Amino acid sequence: MCECVCVCVRLFVLARQLPARFTHRRICVRELLSASASLSYCCHIITTSKMRLVILEDSERVAEWAARYVIKRINDFQPGPDKYFVLGLPTGSTPEGTYKKLVQYHMAGKISFKYVKTFNMDEYVGIPRDHVQSYHTFMWESLFKHIDINPVNVHILNGNAEDLEQECLSYEKKIVEAGGIELFIGGIGPDGHIAFNEPGSSLVSRTRVKTLNQETITANARFFNNDISQVPKQALTVGVGTVMEAREVMVLITGSHKAYALHMAIEEGVNHMWTVSAFQQHKRTIMLCDEDATLELKVKTVKYFRSCIPTPPCDEFAETEFGPDGGVPVVL
Amino acid sequence: MPSITSTTPPCGNLPTHTDTTIYQFINCRLVRRGRIVKDDFWVRGGKILNPEPVFYVEKLQADVKVIPRIKKTPGGPGGASILGVHVEGPFISPAKKGAHPLQYLEGVEEGMSKVLDVYGSIDNIAKITIAPELPGAQEVIRHLSSRGIVVSVGESTISEFHHRDPGLVGLLTSRLISHPVHYGIISDGIHTHPAALRIAHRAHPQGIVLVTDAMAAMGLGDGVHQIGQMKVLVEGRKARLVDFDTLAGSVVTMDDCVRHFINGAGVSLVEAIDAATLHPARVMGIDHLKGTLEYGTDADFVLVLDKGPLKVLNTFIAGECVYSASDAPNLTFTQKSPSDI
Repeated sequence: MCECVCVCVRLFVLARQLPARFTHRRICVRELLSASASLSYCCHIITTSKMRLVILEDSERVAEWAARYVIKRINDFQPGPDKYFVLGLPTGSTPEGTYKKLVQYHMAGKISFKYVKTFNMDEYVGIPRDHVQSYHTFMWESLFKHIDINPVNVHILNGNAEDLEQECLSYEKKIVEAGGIELFIGGIGPDGHIAFNEPGSSLVSRTRVKTLNQETITANARFFNNDISQVPKQALTVGVGTVMEAREVMVLITGSHKAYALHMAIEEGVNHMWTVSAFQQHKRTIMLCDEDATLELKVKTVKYFRSCIPTPPCDEFAETEFGPDGGVPVVL
Repeated sequence: MPSITSTTPPCGNLPTHTDTTIYQFINCRLVRRGRIVKDDFWVRGGKILNPEPVFYVEKLQADVKVIPRIKKTPGGPGGASILGVHVEGPFISPAKKGAHPLQYLEGVEEGMSKVLDVYGSIDNIAKITIAPELPGAQEVIRHLSSRGIVVSVGESTISEFHHRDPGLVGLLTSRLISHPVHYGIISDGIHTHPAALRIAHRAHPQGIVLVTDAMAAMGLGDGVHQIGQMKVLVEGRKARLVDFDTLAGSVVTMDDCVRHFINGAGVSLVEAIDAATLHPARVMGIDHLKGTLEYGTDADFVLVLDKGPLKVLNTFIAGECVYSASDAPNLTFTQKSPSDI
């Protein structure tokens, strides 16, 4: 809604400043717009230079909204053989729900990944690519095996590369060669980290090798037979700076254990101890969260953002037929 | 044998099978490690393919995506690969000879020299059935085992069960045998009483191997047939020697056995399928190649109808469709076009 209002206001202001030749006949909108080619561009900047906080009832709705937003963005972009949509992807339990919905919509014919390129955020160092806990395995099982993406367009950092630093540098290069990331999806840790950019990471960091902190290693032990010695101690990760360069960022935040991190991310200052806070300085960010994740926010923050929640993407999907094995669209 | 002429290849017009064509069967229910799992099924070069390294390392997509569903086509016969010969007899007990003519039974006191005399070469023999109580049998069994030939105990007086002398049946639950004991059961509703089937299965479910014992008259229909030197009367599912009142093998097919096993013994679908696939592969020591749907094993598999009585729709050998049931739906598929590369 806010976006439409802004555009109308600017058009009205412009009309009053038009040169004389326009005043003697009916003005058509196309002429108005052609009279100022920069108008739509200015509007784009004004109306989207805003953090959007979208609050939904529960994590399933978050997954549904996120999936539909990805589909809308890709379909609106109209990708083709000369124009790939470049997507940045996370791993974890919240994104897993989103991937499940994306797969269902793909099976129902709503989205093709034929002209999509992907870049994942991170990968462990030193575990085999087909290890059950590797992020390669996670992405294969959750998403890639079910969709029509071309494997040459899939990029995940190689934690077994001979030269890890070179691997990171070439990953940054590949992102540039792909045309930069159109939409980067991410999660948030309880300590406010994005990808493996743990507290203290530079807010202008690039893709690099990170040594994991003790808290992360302990938290991960449950995935490695509760044997600390088996848990990877290092990971390759995109930097905060890398994600900041994406044209749009969507952060998924669900659960009360993330509530304090969300508070620090959007209600306090930009701080390297809570690296997600860096996105306060990004042109176009969506924070997509469920009710539980808002528990530490001020009432006035929640009220403000609720008052300008964007319309749910792909509303028409509510009637999608999934077939015998698919899921059911959730009412957003 | 009735001749079947058909100009349509089996499985409709699935693209010609080459060593490098990657087939992806979409959305299947697979028997894997004792469970039914829902997954896609990939085949290349006659082997079951692990798709993960194909995606990440080779960076390839499927050439042909097969969606098992809808439409009619006539089928055609095929042939499975032959692993070797199972010779049953002549070293069996006269008291338990079944349909074997008495005059052809032999003793085995002379040991391996007698065995080689009878069979000539044992190079093509994969399995021998022998009665262990015959004098000299123990030595022969040991020698055959060491040559990698599977020895099966049968047509023997110790097949009978008595509660003070359990015989062979007692072996099923023996704690003294370190490796799994397998036992063949002809699950055609005639050779074995359903109760016996159930009891055997419950005693030792891991060891059960479904055997058809089908002989040459299988598929020929009712009537009198000449099998070797014997006259056999086939009536429905029973095959008997004309001159004696003895069962002469069977005319049942493997899918019949599986269906009967499920209905007669009340076992689960997975247990019945394993009894017809995994367990016999283990007996022959080839479960690293056959009898499972594990990656890297031979792509010998069947597509069965998921609903109602188990019915075989298509049979694939080394990844190539060799048989379609006459009323099987045609396999629909999409093929990657050259412009996609």
